[in-house]
Amino acid sequence: MAVTITERAAKHVSNFLAKRGKGVGVRLGVRTSGCSGMAYKLEFVDAIDQDDLVFECNGVKVVVDPKSLPYIDGTELDFAREGLNEGFKFNNPNVKNQCGCGESFNV
Amino acid sequence: MALLQIAEPGMSTEPHQHRLAVGIDLGTTNSLVATVRNGIAVCINDEQGRALLPSIVHYKPEGAVDVGWQAQGAQAQDPRNAIVSVKRFMGRGLRDVAHVESMPYDFVDAEGMVRLRTVQGIKSPVEISADILKVLRTRAEASLGGELTGAVITVPAYFDDAQRQATKDAARLAGLNVLRLLNEPTAAAIAYGLDNGAEGVYAVFDLGGGTFDISILRLSRGVFEVLATNGNAALGGDDFDHRLFCWVLDNAKIAPPSVEDARMLLMKSRSAKEQLSANTEVPIFAKLQSGERIELAITRDAFVDITQNLVGKTLAPTRKALRDAGLEPKDVKGVVMVGGATRMPHIQRAIGDFFGQEPLTNLDPDKVVALGAAIQANVLAGNRKAEDDWLLLDVIPLSLGLETMGGLTEKVITRNSTIPIAKAQEFTTYKDGQTAMAFHVVQGERELVSDCRSLARFELRGIPPMVAGAARIRVTFQVDADGLLSVAAREMSSGVEASVTVKPSYGLTDDEIAGMLRSGADHAREDMEARKLREYQVEAGRLIDATEAALAEDARLLAADERTAIDRMLARLRTLAAGSDAAALSAAIAEANHATTDFAARRMDQSVRRALAGQKLDELKV
Repeated sequence: MAVTITERAAKHVSNFLAKRGKGVGVRLGVRTSGCSGMAYKLEFVDAIDQDDLVFECNGVKVVVDPKSLPYIDGTELDFAREGLNEGFKFNNPNVKNQCGCGESFNV
Repeated sequence: MALLQIAEPGMSTEPHQHRLAVGIDLGTTNSLVATVRNGIAVCINDEQGRALLPSIVHYKPEGAVDVGWQAQGAQAQDPRNAIVSVKRFMGRGLRDVAHVESMPYDFVDAEGMVRLRTVQGIKSPVEISADILKVLRTRAEASLGGELTGAVITVPAYFDDAQRQATKDAARLAGLNVLRLLNEPTAAAIAYGLDNGAEGVYAVFDLGGGTFDISILRLSRGVFEVLATNGNAALGGDDFDHRLFCWVLDNAKIAPPSVEDARMLLMKSRSAKEQLSANTEVPIFAKLQSGERIELAITRDAFVDITQNLVGKTLAPTRKALRDAGLEPKDVKGVVMVGGATRMPHIQRAIGDFFGQEPLTNLDPDKVVALGAAIQANVLAGNRKAEDDWLLLDVIPLSLGLETMGGLTEKVITRNSTIPIAKAQEFTTYKDGQTAMAFHVVQGERELVSDCRSLARFELRGIPPMVAGAARIRVTFQVDADGLLSVAAREMSSGVEASVTVKPSYGLTDDEIAGMLRSGADHAREDMEARKLREYQVEAGRLIDATEAALAEDARLLAADERTAIDRMLARLRTLAAGSDAAALSAAIAEANHATTDFAARRMDQSVRRALAGQKLDELKV
């Protein structure tokens, strides 16, 4: 069981954390909402909870809460640029369907 | 697949509900848009990776509109339809615009705000600014991948209500939801993170393309308070360009150039100025339409010489702002430099010398304002937690008040009050049975209304008839966070109300604002005398009215010689009230009061007698 982050994404996360001046890593998770059932959560981490799973990858701590893990196990977090827009992308092998925008999905 | 941004802990948004907010620096020379992504404020670049958008709009004959870099090329070929520095015209009448004669535009002096005749018809500065904002909005939406929730737009601290309103109108026209207008210096302080830094007093020195602002901010417990603002809304990098342009004309010894040549030479001058920040000597080559060639070289020292008095012009408002704040240069903990013009070494030196410290220049002076606005927009859009929220206090630049009897100003909100603010004051009627009251809202520091600026007029009708002075009319002045004023009047017994939102008559120049502030101080004594005189005149008028009313009712209580004395006294009072001898008028009022005391006493006795007539002592209710 693991969640990974690409080198490119890791570089951006480290960069953002440094500029932000605080935080220990990035949290990946899911919430039940959105047009296809589940939605991704991507947040800075200031404090790691006791139950949290921490995956160290490319120098970045990727934090996942145990409830979210089954939905995103095996996910690789990537960073992409599309035209003027740029941001993070979840490459999640568990996804069966996702809404057109890709912000929510079901497994 | 959507691209996600990292949110603050616990602040992830629902899918499709991103609160995309941007900060926009709508500048005289350049405009920028910035946002907070992944917790960091960044400027949003165009496809070519450029953050700056030149504030130039080119109206083309076939109906297309070019904005920014594309329009820049048109400046020399089609100057009449390529509008630059439109910010200078926002909320201004034609007579308020400096250097009209050297501008290539076809001005139309319209009611309120000046307009420009272009190949696509007559355009107001609001429409032209909206065209710039539309491009920034499109750029932001393409970059953020969604519709914007709102924007914070910055304005010079010195902008008056008319200019702020015009800016808001332009944003609305561009389809932007304005979360707030923010003073540029305050935005710069936020960008420098001064809100997280050490408490103390900071100065923000902002010399942009067309405006100069100096603000003195105090940071205490994470709260910004603007202690004082000053500046000059018609001084900026453009003026340095203009000086250099004049120098080129003088030294090239050419005939007055055509509109196109003038524009081309102005652009050459600007580029030479920019190069002089890094080089000590810069060549200026140009070929005029006539075929004449200009080959000149300007040294940094020569440039300093011809622009030194412009630098001096920034120091006077700086001194004044410090004085308003009751501070000395040494009390200032840090100086923030904003605006491309602050790259000029002789400006940095002058400011460094004035404050006795090196100014802060480590952020790009062109970007700081937009970055600060983005940080503020992010907070206002609700992307940060409540405990992260912080308060910004701005001040109003000139006092706001009402005209009272005799053309005097009654200040309701004094200048440098922090906004938002609401203040109420009670007024009363002047005459018996008065059922309406006219309100005249004015702005300025002087005692006489004629020396202040008129903002708005409105009337309160339906006041129940009462004796003079019995009605209680509560007037509330409210200035919102954007610095916009609304005034409401309410008669307390009947509840009748009237109000006005000030969309002031456009057209107060910076010089006028500066002049109004200056004259407020210069004319303090004169104003006091004038106020005294007006007050006596009002008092005399009231006395004459009251005495005449009494005479009409009870003249029979007076002996013939007493009547003559009172008539003579009234005539004298009328003559003196029309004159300007305050001391004599004051003496005559005292004398008249004395002369009518006896008459008043007799009237009092008579009414008591009437009231008591036919009543028994034990039935009297006292």
